Amino acid sequence: MTAEPAKIAKLDAEGLSLRSVSLWQITWRRLFKRKSAILGMVILGILILIAFTAPILAPYDPTLSMLDANPPQNLDRRSAPCIHLFGCPVDQPQHILGTDGNIRDEFSRLLYGARVSLWIGLSTVTFAIVIGTVLGALGGYFGGWIDNLIMRTMDVLLAFPSLLLAIAIVTVLGPGLTNALLAIGIVSIPAYARVVRASVLSVREMDYVSATRALGGNTFQILFRRILPNALTPLIVQGTLGIATAILDAAALSFLGLGAQPPMAEWGSMLGAERNQVFTAPHLVFYPGLAIMLTVLSFNLLGDGLRDALDPRLAHVS
Amino acid sequence: MTTYILRRLLLSIPVLFGILFATFALSRLIPGDPCRAMLGEKATDAVCNEFISRHGLDKPIPIQFGVYVNEIAHGDFGRSFRFSKPVTDLLMERLPITVELAFSALLVSILVGIPLGVISAVRHNSWLDVLTMLWANIGVSMPVFWLGLMLAYIFALTLKDTPFQLPPSGRLSPGVLTTPFYEVWGLSLGSRGFFFTVADFIGRMNILNSILSANWETLGDAIKHLILPSIALGTIPMALIARMARSAMLEVLGQDYIRTARAKGLTRNVVVMKHAFRNALLPLVTVIGLSLGGLLGGAVLTETVFNLSGVGRILYDAITARDYGIVQAFTVVIAVFFVVLNLLVDISYAYLDPRIRLD
Repeated sequence: MTAEPAKIAKLDAEGLSLRSVSLWQITWRRLFKRKSAILGMVILGILILIAFTAPILAPYDPTLSMLDANPPQNLDRRSAPCIHLFGCPVDQPQHILGTDGNIRDEFSRLLYGARVSLWIGLSTVTFAIVIGTVLGALGGYFGGWIDNLIMRTMDVLLAFPSLLLAIAIVTVLGPGLTNALLAIGIVSIPAYARVVRASVLSVREMDYVSATRALGGNTFQILFRRILPNALTPLIVQGTLGIATAILDAAALSFLGLGAQPPMAEWGSMLGAERNQVFTAPHLVFYPGLAIMLTVLSFNLLGDGLRDALDPRLAHVS
Repeated sequence: MTTYILRRLLLSIPVLFGILFATFALSRLIPGDPCRAMLGEKATDAVCNEFISRHGLDKPIPIQFGVYVNEIAHGDFGRSFRFSKPVTDLLMERLPITVELAFSALLVSILVGIPLGVISAVRHNSWLDVLTMLWANIGVSMPVFWLGLMLAYIFALTLKDTPFQLPPSGRLSPGVLTTPFYEVWGLSLGSRGFFFTVADFIGRMNILNSILSANWETLGDAIKHLILPSIALGTIPMALIARMARSAMLEVLGQDYIRTARAKGLTRNVVVMKHAFRNALLPLVTVIGLSLGGLLGGAVLTETVFNLSGVGRILYDAITARDYGIVQAFTVVIAVFFVVLNLLVDISYAYLDPRIRLD
């Protein structure tokens, strides 16, 4: 009995294990073998932690002007960072990253910005995945004019550079974070519809699908229980990379004044509001941009790692 | 090949109609009075009535769409209330600036991206490879506008009074003059017509114009002004190209014929450049072609940051002024340009890879 685990471990090491291992276990193991994916997960983990604990970590309310603080702080606009540990006089209030043009604590705004960015990424991609999956599944399964209509519409959406289409949509709908999210969601739909349609087409005629049909399974069951699980892995990869793009696009829209509106602490709009001060208060431009970059980088690294980990052609690597 | 090109051309027609329909639908979704949305809040009732009857806004939707397509087919994008001139004229004035920026950014991304990717693949798993790929990952994650602002800060302020100082905005330094090449050449093209339009378009691209008119001082100044915007705009495509070049090269370098070439005594450089690189070029064509679309979108941000008066900048101004006519016209033009670009990519791909056109 005691020899059994050792034997399995030996077989495992040789890649010959007889134990059944799920796809997710394999993926997880492969993911942890990629340093870049681990880096992505670490950054993302920290960001999620910051997003959840922002009210505890942030020294001030992100929308509070220091003139209205208790006690009021008589600071200049865009005051430089003041850290007591690094020699800033103790009688001056501490602001790790200084204050912005409205004398709000930049550090607190940066922390709260993590919430907005993660929310933007998750909500737009969820919206696009749901709509894209339904459209792709319908097109792939029914074929004919339904498929033609859906896929040609997707072609038209893909014909626009995504940021430009998002700009056009928000200009029509009016500026604001919700409209920006809707616009980014709409321009992201084609990518998911294509992925799902390709998966549906590849398994539509397979024996197990025909068997379900022969056993009396209805369209809904066939599509959602037999066919769509096949689209899950490419959707996860596309979704993770899509979050990165969505965050970048949303930041760009906010930078242009079309996304998040003041006083919301959103990195893109924080950067946009202070862009003319880059020569006088570079820290107000540097940190929000760095935060956007790290967030996008984490999703890109994780997405790349997931793509490799879920690729059956790389099975021998595990 | 001809059949393939014809088929691809025919397939583009529905997409072009789709683009027109999408922009038409968007313009009809503008909340409130369409006339005042297009002409500005100050438009009088008389002007609005004239606008409504001219654009058939009192007619059924299919007829309105017909009028819209007809107008665009005749190059009529309406008037901009903010600039008080036809949008087509504005486009012709500003587009050369964006085209110049987009192509120089693409040049930067190709000239840096391809060698990085190739070196990374040849020295697979070395520190150079790791560094390049780390840089590529950071490159695709950087917001264009942030990179632009940071570059401006570093090269205009931190490196001020050093040989590396670069201007943070504008297209030419004050006092540097540019004369259209056709005037230098002594051509009289009038002020309208096809030849004038083409010559004027080229003349507005500072670099090309100063080469054609042999104005080397302006050329140097124009290049200096274009370096930072090109790096900012070209970084994302550069990273994508480097990644694609690396993976394409790695795939080709693993093939049997590469081993054969090495076995028969060819040097590594010859094998890499003559045998591997040529075959790795195929997927790169797609990435490079599609990057141009992204560059046009990114140009809005880059031009805003660097104060360049191209279509991106005017689009930004139009957004803030809610000058919807401009937004609509530029969206159509850039989308159509993108479709044509995709078409050219597909055709060049088919030319480079016979398997595609025979499929």
